[in-house]
Formats: sequence, structure tokens, C-alpha cells
Amino acid sequence: MWLWFHKLSSPPYAYRTAGLVRPWLFWPAILLMIVGAIGGLVLAPEDYQQKDAFRIIYVHVPSASLSLMIYVVMAVAAAVGVIWRIKLAHAVAAACAPVGAWFTVATLATGSIYGKPMWGTWWEWDPRLTSELILLFLYLGYMALRASFDDTQRADRASAILAIVGVVNVPIVKYSVVWWNSLHQGPSISKLAAPSIEGSMLWPLLIMMLAFILYFGAVLCDRLRGEILRRERNASWLSESLARS
Amino acid sequence: MHAQVAATSPQPQLEARAIHLWRGEKHLLRGVSFALYSGELLQVVGPNGVGKTSLLRCVAGLLPTESGEILWQGQSLPGARDEFHRELAYLAHVNGLKSDLTALENLRFGVAVRRAVTTEELRETLQLLQIEACADLPVRALSAGQKRRVALARIMLTRASLWILDEPITNLDKAGIALFEARIAEHMRTGGMILTAAHQLLLQGEPGVRTLELR
Amino acid sequence: MQSSVQTTPGLGKILMLVLARDLRLAVRHWDQVLQPLIFFVIVTTLFPLAISPALDELRKISPGVLWVAAMLASLLALESLFRPDVEDGTMEQWVLSGQPLSLLLLAKTATHWLLTGLPLVLMAPIVGTALGMPQSVWPVLAATLALGTGSLSVLGAIGAALTVSVRRGSVLLALLVLPLEMPVLIFGARAVDLAMQGEPVAGPLNLLVALLLFFVSLGPFAMAAAMRISVES
Repeated sequence: MWLWFHKLSSPPYAYRTAGLVRPWLFWPAILLMIVGAIGGLVLAPEDYQQKDAFRIIYVHVPSASLSLMIYVVMAVAAAVGVIWRIKLAHAVAAACAPVGAWFTVATLATGSIYGKPMWGTWWEWDPRLTSELILLFLYLGYMALRASFDDTQRADRASAILAIVGVVNVPIVKYSVVWWNSLHQGPSISKLAAPSIEGSMLWPLLIMMLAFILYFGAVLCDRLRGEILRRERNASWLSESLARS
Repeated sequence: MHAQVAATSPQPQLEARAIHLWRGEKHLLRGVSFALYSGELLQVVGPNGVGKTSLLRCVAGLLPTESGEILWQGQSLPGARDEFHRELAYLAHVNGLKSDLTALENLRFGVAVRRAVTTEELRETLQLLQIEACADLPVRALSAGQKRRVALARIMLTRASLWILDEPITNLDKAGIALFEARIAEHMRTGGMILTAAHQLLLQGEPGVRTLELR
Repeated sequence: MQSSVQTTPGLGKILMLVLARDLRLAVRHWDQVLQPLIFFVIVTTLFPLAISPALDELRKISPGVLWVAAMLASLLALESLFRPDVEDGTMEQWVLSGQPLSLLLLAKTATHWLLTGLPLVLMAPIVGTALGMPQSVWPVLAATLALGTGSLSVLGAIGAALTVSVRRGSVLLALLVLPLEMPVLIFGARAVDLAMQGEPVAGPLNLLVALLLFFVSLGPFAMAAAMRISVES
């Protein structure tokens, strides 16, 4: 097991493996998304209060979960890169950041679309939207810090520190935002909370969650390969493998 | 009365093995190796941009290497970093002096972080470098050569055994260079080691003085 | 062989040294210490100009205004924390000193807080009064700002250590540090607001204490790691 992990940290091997694994993540993801979409948009019954508008939670909730999950993956990868000095881990972290940022944007956008028919406004400072917004700032800050270093290795190590500091702060931010919000509306749930979910509404949500996770995996494979190409462009293994293909 | 330790110690105090370093796209240091024994002066020479400063910074522990080992007293560096640094005095291109503090204050704060030091000691060292008149002047008011001498005074005062000096004689006049050469000769005599990078060779022809050429 | 048996100074001595050095430097550059304070006053002045001269309206937003102004002033003050030392080479001497870099940087941050954060704490009640804040709130205001600016200094120092070698990195510093500081802002401003309404403030105040302790205990390690990267070249 350890040997495999060590092998995985070699760029050529990771490049090949990511290329092989990717279709196994991508196509099931698409399939599950279709199934989930049908389940959520067509099969699940209308919500009593929110009618059809609630259906957007099938995209909103998985996006939110994924945006957070990806930040943690990014921070863990960065920590692995710094502690065990594995350069590929840094490449994984770099590959995760834009994907996570996009999921955050998707969360905010779907949250806004969800909110309009509910509250009549395009934006509300509710706990989830606010903390997703702050998470977006954290992602953007991470990418901005990376971009400000010319040397990839320094960018890797500096942004790793930022990612670790960020991930430690995420629970603090979430708690403070919930507390901040609760002072104004009493201990109510997030306005964007899904209406009480029951069976027929629940399974499409889980399907979509799984679909998004697989989709993230596929996109990560693509981006990781891109990162590896960029970082190893002068390495001999790359020119050899390109010459062969 | 001085202990002639040069070249009789069996183990090198400082060793570098196959150091590789990249600067962006450029493979700057390609498998650089050297060994430094007590009482020796090793001068790194080569054209501009070849990596002399980078090599010195790698050895000092400021710049991480791509691969290769640096050993201090037989121990690989990342492990014994703090002990190594207590035995190291590093002089960069910049002097490491605060321009708003006087020479004496700079020395006091610079050295006291490492070891307790008295004002007399500080003044004595300034005297050895013939800048005792600068002691109570803000560094801002000194000439470039005088600032460099203050920086050298700091190196001497740390009482470290390994001196890593990057272009130490920049801005020094002939008298300053002569003083400096006398100080490093003294340091070598008492068993210290010096690693420098310079365009001008120092103490040429003296025993225990070697060069390392980078290409 | 040079003797390596020397008395290395203890941690307390090091703290005193850093404090003495930075205080001495600050005394010779009073203007650098005053500038963030003046900025703080100017920013708070912008709000009455932008909103309304009516003290009743200003009173409602005064905790938030003071806190945001304090955050921005503290951000500006961070420019003078590490940059001068990195530029003249003194910082890399600290990295090579054989002493724990995290401690040296924490000492520096604490001294910096004394010079930039503490004046804000003392100035705030005066500026608060100009915004209609009642005197009864002053103790809570001072306490929350004292604890809060401490956390802001530590978080800011981490950001400063990361960006000190980046050319024109002040905006980047703000982008990195402000999101991390948002919890401190939330608890601090809310606490003052609750005090103005006569509600108990123990909750947010305790949270501010907890945050400060948390950041002070872990922050210096992040600062030191970031600084080692920044002084490489």
C-alpha cells in the first residue's frame, strides 16, 4: 500500500493513472447527474410551500458541500506536500483551487436563484450564503497568492501555509456567521434550508451529491494532468512519452 | 601558541554533496560538492549569475536545495539546523544593519540575540576594524565602506566557527581589505572556517586557502 | 577550534531585546506610528459625511464603523511590521540566529501591537463619542478592541510574512487577511452593539479571548514558516 502511494507521487505514473481513471469517474458522474436530475426535477413531488422552486437545492446543496469538501482536500494535499515534501501533492492542491472556487460560485448563484422567488431579493445575508461568500474569498486569496510568486516551489509552499491557516479558520468563520445571523432572526434555520426532506425528495439529493463528487474527481484528474504538464515540461519523461505517442 | 589544526582534522566540518538547485527554469547548481576543514578558507569563484550567492545561501540554510546533502560535523543539516546556525555567521550582499540605529546599537542588538556581549567588547572590535569613531553615529550617516566594516564587526563578534561571507570586500578600500584579510587569517589560525564568494581572491597563496570554481 | 560554549540568551531576554530594539526604532520614526492612528480617525469621519450628521443614526452604526476603521488601520500598519527588516537584511539574520524564529516574530508582532493597536484602543472612545456612542459603553469598547486588535495583529502578521517578498503586495495582503479577520469583526462589533442595548456581552467577549489565545499560540509557527519562504532570495 505504501509502495503504491510512493509510486503515485511520481509525476509520470500519476499522469498515466489520472488519465486512466478519469473516464471511470466522468461517465458515471454524468449518468448519475441525469438520474438525479430526473429524480429531482421530474419525479420528486412538489413541495407544499415552495412549489417547484425548491428543486434548485438539488444543485445548491451538493455544490455547497463540495465547495467545502474541496477546500479541505486542498488543504490536506498542501499539508502533505509541505510535511513529506511530495511535489505532486502541491500539484493536487493547485488543481483543486479553481474547481472549488467554481463550486462556491455555483452555490452562490443557485442560492440567489433559489432566493428570488422566496424572498423577492437576489441576495440575503443568510448563514450559508455569507459563509460561502467568505469561502470564495479564501479561494480567491489562495489563487492570488499562488499567482504572485514566479517560482512554482515557493508558490507551492507559501500557499500551503495559507491553505492550512484557512482550513483551520473555516469552522471559526462558519460558527461566527451562524452566531451573527442568529442575533437578528432568532434561532431559525438557514432560509435556504431545504424543506423537511422525506424519502422521495431525499434520494435524488444523495444521487446528485455522489454525482458531483465523481465529477469533481474527473475534473481533478484533468486539471492534475495539466498541472503535471506545466510543472514537468522540461523533464525527459515527458518528451519521451510524447515522442512515443 | 596558535593551534595549527588545518588539514590535520580527519573529518571535514562542513560538507556539501551533489547539491542541485533550480532557479525557475535554469538548472543553476549541478551536483556541487565540497568539503571544508577547520582552519580553511574556501573561495567560490565564477562568472556573474553562475550561482555563487545561491550556493552560499543553500549552505547557510536559507535556500532549500532540490537534491543533495549538506552536513555539519557529520550530521545532515535539516536535522541539526539550530545548532548549525549557532555556529554560523552569515554576511549577505546587504549589511543586515538598521540605518536608524547607531553602529554600537546595531552590534548590540545583532549579537545579543545570540550571546551576551559587553559594550567594551563591541568597542574593541570596532577598534580592530578602525571604525571606533563610528560607534555612536547612526548607520545612515556612514559611508558604504564603513557600513561594511560594521557588518564585519558583527560577524567577528558572534564568535561563530563558520563564516559564510558573500562578496565581503565590496565597498572596502585597500586599508579595509588588508584589515579584513588579517581578521580572516586570525580566524583560520584559531580553527575557524570561512566560505566566501568573491570576484577578487583573498589571501592568495596562503596555506589552507582553496578555490571552488562554478561553471 | 573556536569555543562553541557560549551563553545563549534565554527566551525572556530575547523578548526584551526585540521589544527594546523596535521601541527604539519607533521612537526615531514617530510619524510611522502616528499614521495608522490618523487614518483611523479620517476613516471614521467619512461615515458621517457619507451618511448623515444625525447622531441618532450614527449611534446605531458606530460599533461597526469603529471596528471596520480599526481593521483597515491595522491593515495599513502591517506595512511597517516586517518589510523594513526584510529589506535591510536584518530578518534573515534572525532566521539564521539559531533562536526560535516563531518567538522572535511573536515578540515583534506584540511590540507592533503596542505601537499601533494600543493607540487605536485608546483613541476609539473619543472617536466613538463623536459618533454618538454613550460613555457607558467605553469599557466594553476598549476591551473588545484590545482583544480584537491583538488577533488582528497576529492574523495580519501571518499575511505580512507571506507577502513581504511580493512586490506591491499590500492589496494582496488585504485580500488574504480580511476574510480571516471576519470572525473577530463579528464578535467585536456585536459585543459593543449588545453593550449599547444593555444586553450581556460575556458570550462574544469570551469568544474574543478564546480567539486571541488560539491565534497567539498557533499563529507564530505559521509566521515563521512563511517568513522562511519569503527570505529565500
